[in-house]
Amino acid sequence: MQDFVQHLINGISLGSIYALIALGYTMVYGILKMINFAHSDVYMVGAFASYYVARAFGIEAHPGVGTLAILLISSMVCCSLLGVVIERLAYRPLRNSPKLNILITAIGVSLFLEYGSQVVFGADPKVFPEVMKDFVIFSFGNVELKSFDVTVLGVSILAMIGLQFLIYKTKVGKAMRAVSSNASVASLMGVNPDKIIAFTFIVGSALAGVGSVLVGMKYPKIDPLMGMMIGMKAFVAAVLGGIGNVRGAVLGALIMGLSEEMVVAYMSSTYRDALAFSILIAILIFKPAGLLGKYSVEKV
Amino acid sequence: MRALKNPLISLAAALLFGVAVQFGFNEYIQLLVLFVSVNCLMAMSLNLVNGYTGQFSLGHAGFMAIGAYFTAYASLHWSFLPPSLSALTFFIYAIGSGLLAALAGFLVGLPSLRLKGDYLAIVTLGFGEIIRVALLNMDFLGGPRGLANIPGFDSFYMSYAFAMLWILICFFTIWRVMKSSYGRGFLSVREDEIAAEATGINTTGMKVRAFVLSSFFAGVAGALFAHYTNFINPSSFTFLQSVNAVIMVVLGGMGSMSGSIAAAIIVTVLPEALRPLQDLTGIDLRMVIYSLALILVMILRPKGIFGELEITDIWRKYVRRSARS
Repeated sequence: MQDFVQHLINGISLGSIYALIALGYTMVYGILKMINFAHSDVYMVGAFASYYVARAFGIEAHPGVGTLAILLISSMVCCSLLGVVIERLAYRPLRNSPKLNILITAIGVSLFLEYGSQVVFGADPKVFPEVMKDFVIFSFGNVELKSFDVTVLGVSILAMIGLQFLIYKTKVGKAMRAVSSNASVASLMGVNPDKIIAFTFIVGSALAGVGSVLVGMKYPKIDPLMGMMIGMKAFVAAVLGGIGNVRGAVLGALIMGLSEEMVVAYMSSTYRDALAFSILIAILIFKPAGLLGKYSVEKV
Repeated sequence: MRALKNPLISLAAALLFGVAVQFGFNEYIQLLVLFVSVNCLMAMSLNLVNGYTGQFSLGHAGFMAIGAYFTAYASLHWSFLPPSLSALTFFIYAIGSGLLAALAGFLVGLPSLRLKGDYLAIVTLGFGEIIRVALLNMDFLGGPRGLANIPGFDSFYMSYAFAMLWILICFFTIWRVMKSSYGRGFLSVREDEIAAEATGINTTGMKVRAFVLSSFFAGVAGALFAHYTNFINPSSFTFLQSVNAVIMVVLGGMGSMSGSIAAAIIVTVLPEALRPLQDLTGIDLRMVIYSLALILVMILRPKGIFGELEITDIWRKYVRRSARS
């Protein structure tokens, strides 16, 4: 039982990291109907950005909440910039071309970032600086609540509440929802879709930046291909919850994180990657629109 | 016999070209030619799904892996014909690989092809990864170590002839299918699924047929790959391999067989041709250039090299017309 609670805590902590990345996939899909394969690499660049910021300012010597805040902000800024640049240079010229071309471009951008950063940063893994001390806040029998898990959970919940506020309470959020439901009608109502799409990329990439620092803190090994697997899982989480649906992405990510943790705990760790995709295929067969997604009938 | 005229002429021409490669080039180029033919098979088969039927499959490497592992396992463990007939045995194994991959394609395709849009891409992506992880966990297939010492052909020329045989089978099968009523069905699904359904075409059935045929040839490509490399492990069939196949189709032009072949040659040869650059600069810029080229092609020439045309269409359209005027 105590083991189970411990796995529950780890699973939720893992799930909230997936959620941060899944949100980026789901927001871009919701608004552009494209799978942004480069998202996981934006996340990777964020991890490297905060690594170099920490090295440059020498703040790795003073782990603490201040360091975490600085790294979070710098990573968010770098990711947002990268997201906007990708959208502007690679996706915008293809706005009206067939879906497949956009998808291939996204794959191209993803490959470019992966191999470009192998050239720039080097292919060998780097050790992420110690952002803060990992200590046990609370323990009950064998169950330990560590400061890392609390931080991961706290920061991601904050980010998600912020996103929720942004999407449902602000004017720009309303515009985002409008563009996502029908871009051409939204533009008739005075919304500039290009600006809103760029803004979506900023927000989604910033969330990936938050995720990258949290992952770097928890699993301090970063390399240019680190985004691949976590990106796929976050994407599966987004599909699981119903792609295009913001709340669905969080729900899907939590399910993914928990089930992965449980499989590692009670079955075999080699199956953890297969699990994600088995869940995906099962959900697509029985509930193609995802858990919270709406299935729309195509009309002529 | 008339139906076999073109295939036989092409086979003869391909075999003559093989003689030239056999005596004119070193082993490195010869191996490259073999990989080009494997990629040709991959590109042509994927073109049937992505190009002609307009569906988007991202798990072609998974079918290739099934074929490769079947052939590898069969030729390592079974023997029912004398060794002198190894080419025939390999041919039978290749058919077996294709059938197994086609079965997998049927199982994956039937539920996912009912859906529209990007779902097939997502499901096939997941399928490719599941196959890879499953192979990692199967001990009788070597697990992460893979299978080594897979018997190959005795000479380059035999391997080459075998590859050409399969390429021509693949090419003319798809060619003839596209001229049949099924082919028209595939095209109609691509052009407008709703209209196709309204005219009484079983769209799901059409998509599944295209997908199964495509997986069959992907399995055969895997079988050839296993013979040529003599060693396979799960990391030969990653997501990147599937992406490579898609890139070949899109780069060549969706729905153009000659485009697929041309792109398969370019995509296989380009990274090798860029090797001197790596010696010069000391860093591996090949994949960076490759990915940049991909983005630029998509932005500047979104239809790919050939568009929807075949090389014979281009001949008719431009060369003859200019000759007449």
